Amino acid sequence: MERKRKISTLLLHIVLIMGAFVMVLPFLWMVLTALKTVSESTSMNPFVFFPKTMQWENFQIVIQQNDFIRLYFNTFTMMVLRVLCAVLFSAMAAYAFARLEFPGKNFLFGLVLFQMMVPAQIFVVPQYLMVDKMGFRNTVFALVFPGLVSAFGTFLMRQFFMGLPKELEESARLDGCNIWQTFWKVMLPLTKSGLVALGIFTALFSFKDLMWPLIVNSDSDAATLSSALAKISSAYSVNYPQLMAAAVLAVWPMMLIYIIFQRQFIEGIATSGGKL
Amino acid sequence: MRRSYRRIFSKRCDTVKKVSKKTRNEWCWAWFMVAPTIIGLIVLNIIPIFQTLYLSFFKSGAFGKGNIFVGLDNYRRMFADGQVWHAVKNTIGYTCMVVPITIVIALLMAVALNGRLKGKGIYRTIYFVPMVAAPAAVTMVWKWLYNNQYGLINHVLNKVGIDSVNWIDDPQIALLSISIIGIWSTIGYSMVLLLAGLQEIPRDYYEASDIDGASKVKQFFSITVPLVSPTLFFVLVTSIITAMQVFDVIYMMIDVTSPSYDNTVSLVYLFYNNSFKYSDKGYGSAIVMLLLMIIMVITVIQTKLQKKWVNYM
Repeated sequence: MERKRKISTLLLHIVLIMGAFVMVLPFLWMVLTALKTVSESTSMNPFVFFPKTMQWENFQIVIQQNDFIRLYFNTFTMMVLRVLCAVLFSAMAAYAFARLEFPGKNFLFGLVLFQMMVPAQIFVVPQYLMVDKMGFRNTVFALVFPGLVSAFGTFLMRQFFMGLPKELEESARLDGCNIWQTFWKVMLPLTKSGLVALGIFTALFSFKDLMWPLIVNSDSDAATLSSALAKISSAYSVNYPQLMAAAVLAVWPMMLIYIIFQRQFIEGIATSGGKL
Repeated sequence: MRRSYRRIFSKRCDTVKKVSKKTRNEWCWAWFMVAPTIIGLIVLNIIPIFQTLYLSFFKSGAFGKGNIFVGLDNYRRMFADGQVWHAVKNTIGYTCMVVPITIVIALLMAVALNGRLKGKGIYRTIYFVPMVAAPAAVTMVWKWLYNNQYGLINHVLNKVGIDSVNWIDDPQIALLSISIIGIWSTIGYSMVLLLAGLQEIPRDYYEASDIDGASKVKQFFSITVPLVSPTLFFVLVTSIITAMQVFDVIYMMIDVTSPSYDNTVSLVYLFYNNSFKYSDKGYGSAIVMLLLMIIMVITVIQTKLQKKWVNYM
């Protein structure tokens, strides 16, 4: 019996390790290719797995030809601003929806739910026309624009506020806090895990977004990492080491953040899904 | 700025005299707090829905100026357009391949990682990795792996005696190749959600059934699946909606000129091409309305069906 359990655990590990290998293989191949020469990358006989010497200049060339500093700046400014807006505005609205009584509450919350049920592409053309009309194309503001408010965030934070005990805010109110102070000083700090979850969720999905930056910021120095890659992908077409170098440059920052904050990432995603 | 904003609100509040001062105070704060989100939603989302509907009745003139009202012409054109039907078929085909496979694998992995397995944290971390990489980068790598002449996958296949597969340019295969990328990149996400759901199931249930001598398979179907069904339902609904909106991978992998284009173009890709590549925003809007309809129908069916298999405790 004991032996049988050991064997099944071992088998399970083998399957899981194979799965893990499939998950990391593309990234491994990306890094290995990025360090090869072009002829190494296309050599079939013999097939080259590891580069003879690391071709770091692939990265240099890609950075020289594309302003990656600019791309990092655009992408991260967009992410930070979207996170700040989504977290602040959603928390405010969520608190009101969870704890305050006011005329129009149900109707307004209905709007929030309605937005979440509609596919996002339906907003894209009018949002583009708005940005275009305001003359904000090819700016960081244009990148942030659709993410100024978040229906999803409002819904998520409302769940967190509803889970908090009522007594806390009642005693805060008795101590003379007004509604804003109760929200800001007492209740908001208690939803920290919710705020972190929403922040990570917003950051991740704005980082991955491709269509909006592609549409609204067509200039190469206003692009994000994602939309710049789309252009690089068609421009370099056959120089695979350089293509992979560009891909490495685009994925490493988020990967690093993930490795450092992996627990918060996974728990954040789990709670943001689980709370719905 | 902030002050003037508040002044507008207090003026609005003064008009409501009937109620007590305390209630009025609460209303004002509540309106103030929901205002940024609600105004944002109205401007960014609610009005655009009607604008898109409105646009779908127009033909965009040259240079986007002077839209001409064409009534239902865009819709008529859409239903006669072979490409739209291709896109509907491809989108549903992609969804039918990606969603079930992802959920089954993710559920099995989540169950495996839910026990007292050593190193489960490391597995969880690794399986989630594809989720943090931008789809644009991920697709570039897969395109390279799939490469007909120099790709790693064909090389390995040749080594074990299988002929090279034309992963990208063979119209019969391309959608499968795209689905593989889709499955690979979303398994971790579904797994993390399901794992969170599994952790809510009380251990006693398993212990009790162990005593009764139930097999692991029996436990899986009579304890795990029913008790995780609310999470499963959530994962299913969001996965289907996300899969129906597939764009990034296909955009990065299949060019409009590719021989596989007709067999891989999705509704969103077609919407993008019509709205922004060919600048026919009217026709693009009609396509997105079609997508909305399809998603609505699927969601209604799912909510109807959920009563049959989802257990809310």
